[in-house]
Amino acid sequence: MERPLLELTGATVYFGADAALDGVDFRLFPGEVHSLMGENGAGKSTLIKAITGALRLSDGELRLDGEVMDFGSPHDAQEAGVRAVYQEIDLLPNISVAENIALGAEPRRFGLIDWKEMRERAHAVLADLGLDIDPASILGRHSLAVQQLVAIARAISTEARVLVLDEPTSSLDLDECAELFRVIRDLKERGVAIIFVSHFLDQVYEICDRVTVLRDGKLVGEYLTREFLRIDLVQAMLGRSAESLRARPRLHVADDRTEPFLSARAVSVGSGINDADVDMIEGEVLGVAGLLGSGRTELARALTGIDKLDGGIIRIRGCDESLGNPRSAISLGVVYSSENRRSEGILSELSVQENITLALQAERGVFRRIRPARQRELAMSWVDALDIRPPDLDRPAGTLSGGNQQKVLLARLLALSPRVLVLDEPTRGIDVGAKVEVQNLVGELADNGLSVMFISAELEEVLRVGNRVLIVQDGRILDTVPSEELTPDSLTALVARPEAV
Amino acid sequence: MTRLMKHRLFWPLFALVALIVINTVARPQFIKVTVRDGELYGALIDILRNSAPLMLVALGMTLVIATRGIDLSVGAVMAVSGAVTLTIIDGSSSPGSTGTVLIAILAGIGVSLVLGLWNGFLVAVLDIQPIIATLVLMLAGRGVALLITDGFITTVNSEPLNFVATGYLFALPFAMFIWLAAVAAIAVIERRTALGVLTEAVGINPEASRLAGVRSRGIILGAYVASGTLAGIAGIIYSSNIRAADANAAGDLIELYAILAVVLGGTSLMGGKFSIAGTVVGVLIIQTLDSTILFLGVSSAQSPVFFAIVVVIVVLIQSPRVHQWGRTLTSGIRRSEAPEVRSDAEVTA
Amino acid sequence: MSTTTTAAAAPRARAAAYTRTFLDRHSSMMPTFAALIIFVALLIGAEVHFGNFLTPLNMSALLLNYAYLLILAVGMTFVIVTGGIDLSVGSVMAFTGISCAKLLGEGYSAAVVIPVILLGGAAIGLLIGVLVQYFDVQPFIASLAGLFLARGLAFVVSLSSIRVENESVLWLQTTRWRLGDWYITPTGILALSVAAIGAFVMQYTRFGRTVYAVGGNEQSARLMGLNVARTKVLVYVISGVCGGLAGLVLTAYSGAGYPRNGIGTELDVIAAVVIGGTLLTGGTGYVLGSVIGVLVFGTINTIIAYQGAEQSWTRIIIGLMLLMFIVVQRVIVVRSERRR
Repeated sequence: MERPLLELTGATVYFGADAALDGVDFRLFPGEVHSLMGENGAGKSTLIKAITGALRLSDGELRLDGEVMDFGSPHDAQEAGVRAVYQEIDLLPNISVAENIALGAEPRRFGLIDWKEMRERAHAVLADLGLDIDPASILGRHSLAVQQLVAIARAISTEARVLVLDEPTSSLDLDECAELFRVIRDLKERGVAIIFVSHFLDQVYEICDRVTVLRDGKLVGEYLTREFLRIDLVQAMLGRSAESLRARPRLHVADDRTEPFLSARAVSVGSGINDADVDMIEGEVLGVAGLLGSGRTELARALTGIDKLDGGIIRIRGCDESLGNPRSAISLGVVYSSENRRSEGILSELSVQENITLALQAERGVFRRIRPARQRELAMSWVDALDIRPPDLDRPAGTLSGGNQQKVLLARLLALSPRVLVLDEPTRGIDVGAKVEVQNLVGELADNGLSVMFISAELEEVLRVGNRVLIVQDGRILDTVPSEELTPDSLTALVARPEAV
Repeated sequence: MTRLMKHRLFWPLFALVALIVINTVARPQFIKVTVRDGELYGALIDILRNSAPLMLVALGMTLVIATRGIDLSVGAVMAVSGAVTLTIIDGSSSPGSTGTVLIAILAGIGVSLVLGLWNGFLVAVLDIQPIIATLVLMLAGRGVALLITDGFITTVNSEPLNFVATGYLFALPFAMFIWLAAVAAIAVIERRTALGVLTEAVGINPEASRLAGVRSRGIILGAYVASGTLAGIAGIIYSSNIRAADANAAGDLIELYAILAVVLGGTSLMGGKFSIAGTVVGVLIIQTLDSTILFLGVSSAQSPVFFAIVVVIVVLIQSPRVHQWGRTLTSGIRRSEAPEVRSDAEVTA
Repeated sequence: MSTTTTAAAAPRARAAAYTRTFLDRHSSMMPTFAALIIFVALLIGAEVHFGNFLTPLNMSALLLNYAYLLILAVGMTFVIVTGGIDLSVGSVMAFTGISCAKLLGEGYSAAVVIPVILLGGAAIGLLIGVLVQYFDVQPFIASLAGLFLARGLAFVVSLSSIRVENESVLWLQTTRWRLGDWYITPTGILALSVAAIGAFVMQYTRFGRTVYAVGGNEQSARLMGLNVARTKVLVYVISGVCGGLAGLVLTAYSGAGYPRNGIGTELDVIAAVVIGGTLLTGGTGYVLGSVIGVLVFGTINTIIAYQGAEQSWTRIIIGLMLLMFIVVQRVIVVRSERRR
């Protein structure tokens, strides 16, 4: 093979003290479609941002066509022919399709914008993509799928050498996907190098020539798609920890007579989760295994009143309940810890004590304030019980490490004495010691009669903590299997199963 | 000492004390308090008395800003409440009776409460941006006040009403007791109930607060109601002071001074953590500065120039870029290398 | 999404397709059309009611009386479309107006004075723009500082009003070019030219389109390689220059400079711009819409004067219209979010 068009060597990016990308090598050849795979926090976005100039490397080198590049801004990268289309469409919904394609390099006559020429060019590019829409129409009037295609049209409207497609298919239907793939193949013929990021394994296997897998900011390996088994790919993404693996012993054996504390039937929310049935039993940890984008988070949010249901019912102790909002769910003893600790969990400027007592206080209402002495006592007892460090109640919670922030969040929820605890990736981005502590804690809580849902991208962890494992794929629940009947390999195989089309 | 300097009230208090010292050096009578007929007089007493309207408005503004909002309508609400109160007194057969004045004042406050509720409804229930939502009342409010007073400046001579702004109680101005009572009431409600911390939670992160089960709608609504009510009381004090309801002049630009006072007191315009004590100090700074400017022989009409300079200095001190300059300067001295992370890059990997 | 229908399609289908195309292209103009309908309805209603309202004299006076507001509204449209706001316009108008009168009184020629006051307006706009763009100050607060500064400076220039005797400035106002009973003054022509230039710049220059792009999504605009920083500073400078022009026009109109001019005018301007269909959240708006907004504002004022009613009704009615527009815009946003 010839020289790589784009090459990263030893790419490292620090956010504060944490390395989001740690000595990663990456090669991209002209005329290939290269998939970048990894779970949340693996470093995919950071790598893409480094390539597209949104972020500077702390260490390492970026070469384009053999030349060392230092992109100071996305604009520099675009000038060099590196174009990107992101999942969150970064176009302007308030102006016309034609402008969205052309702005920045719009045709001008006597210094003034040549609208006619601009529309004609846009029409031509859109036709290339098989899209027949009025270039003068306002972008926001179109569906997300069309907007996604317009974003791609913008990227290819000027000379693109490297094209980054970050989850381009997430809002497209099958026909639109097929059309996009036709365009990708066409671009490939023209020698454009394409980075394709998608959580749909089928699509990766259909369109990509090679795969680079990242995990925890490090390179796992680079593989040829046609020689790389699907199950090995999932294995590479999810990894395998060295810790000894033993399923949690089950204290209560749930037989058919045990009535579930919470049961959901035919629950649907948007396109995230469809027709899901879940039973949560007291004293049991229900592990949830699924890849990124499988609907695991949507399921958790649906069960805890965070998002409104589009269909289905939730019963608590056999009674139909409407969990219209987090408040009513909390009053029924159903609590949720978000995967986004920073944006949906910790209130970083409030103290540890205030963070811990917040939900309890909110439940009691404004006027029944917990006495300060009682607040301290309560917070201190949780700080001790969960070993939160430093044990300083007055410290702003935002200054704690990730693991300790997670524990503060857990303390906030546990202070409510919940019956059902739904934890979405509680161990993501925290160090190994804290991880084990959280896992053990979850086990203890279940032993004390709580019903816990434990979501994690690490299958071993799900297996070890969960009594039963719920497998989610493509917005549907595939199966629920007792964890003793599973091995890491068999679970990986289930998670990696081709999507039903 | 450094711990003292890090306290959030340090710089506002320092500024206040510095202003008082400068004034005292320039004109020693500034600090002097004289007793006449068992009542205290002096520049400092005047400052305490005259701060009443701004203090009340700024207190309400603090709560609104803590929820990430802003209330532009306070000046208009002041005009309406003054107009309602004075029109009732003017129309009554016994404008001098305490009963009439009390009823009129309650009516004025009641109307302001409803106006606050209206703002809160637009922001909390209809989810309209606070600046835009309160702009409606800012625009229409003065018109309503003018309608109530028939477009005239309603002048009223009523002893009980005059007492509100100019009367004395225990040798001190009555108006001062009003704002002290309001400060105490707000401080008790915010800090002795859970309202304060829940308000801060909503201001810091509305979504995280929702997930924690905080009833944010009610809290936001309450903040605007408080702001409206306090502005109403301020309007009555203002009218009592000039013994007239002047729909055009009442509370003119007060929203801006109130916001300045809140910011001076160390509460961020981005919402979240707020400080009642800080706002009190902020208002006193503004009032003292105003008195200083007058003393300097500058016409009060020209004083906005000084306040513009203060606003610019304060926002510059709070600006991230200036912080960065400060950090670069100190880190340059320490010769430590900062990792290169572009500020606009998201920290999600 | 197809907009071309087969030739065999019934005319009705074709009409539907045209409607569709029109909506897809110009949906953001709907509020402006609504304002236009309100304007026409107001005129017709007033004519039916009073019988002598729609006269050339009245209509000509409308432009004459609100020329300053029109100029301010054009500048404000630029600012609001970027998602900002400029509260300083009324004070800048007062400051530049009184400076104009003062300098003329001291014997400087209009050719010197006019550029100087325009520069003065631009300088205050530049200050606001720099605070907003480079120091991350909220536009509301930054322009508030501008408001204080300009108002204070106006009083520094003079505490009382100053009469203007300068012929060339008064000429702007006293000259009336007539066509039958219709007339127009140089100030009217000035205001209309500002609006025309504003509309042209917004539509046909890269700067103008960047204004829309910044209002749509600043980050995206930057990624597109547009010069966001310069644009954001420049819109406030434009608004400041418009403030200076309005100061000149108002001084010519009233024959004097007065430091208390334009108190609360920023609210009238914002209201007129919003009624003209510009979204306060940025990204959508038209200079021509703002022209209609100013005309609506002026017509309501004139009707109330005709009626002999309290002038304060103007503010109340404008406030209610503002509320209506804001709620309707909010409903549209909620509905389009739900569609996703």
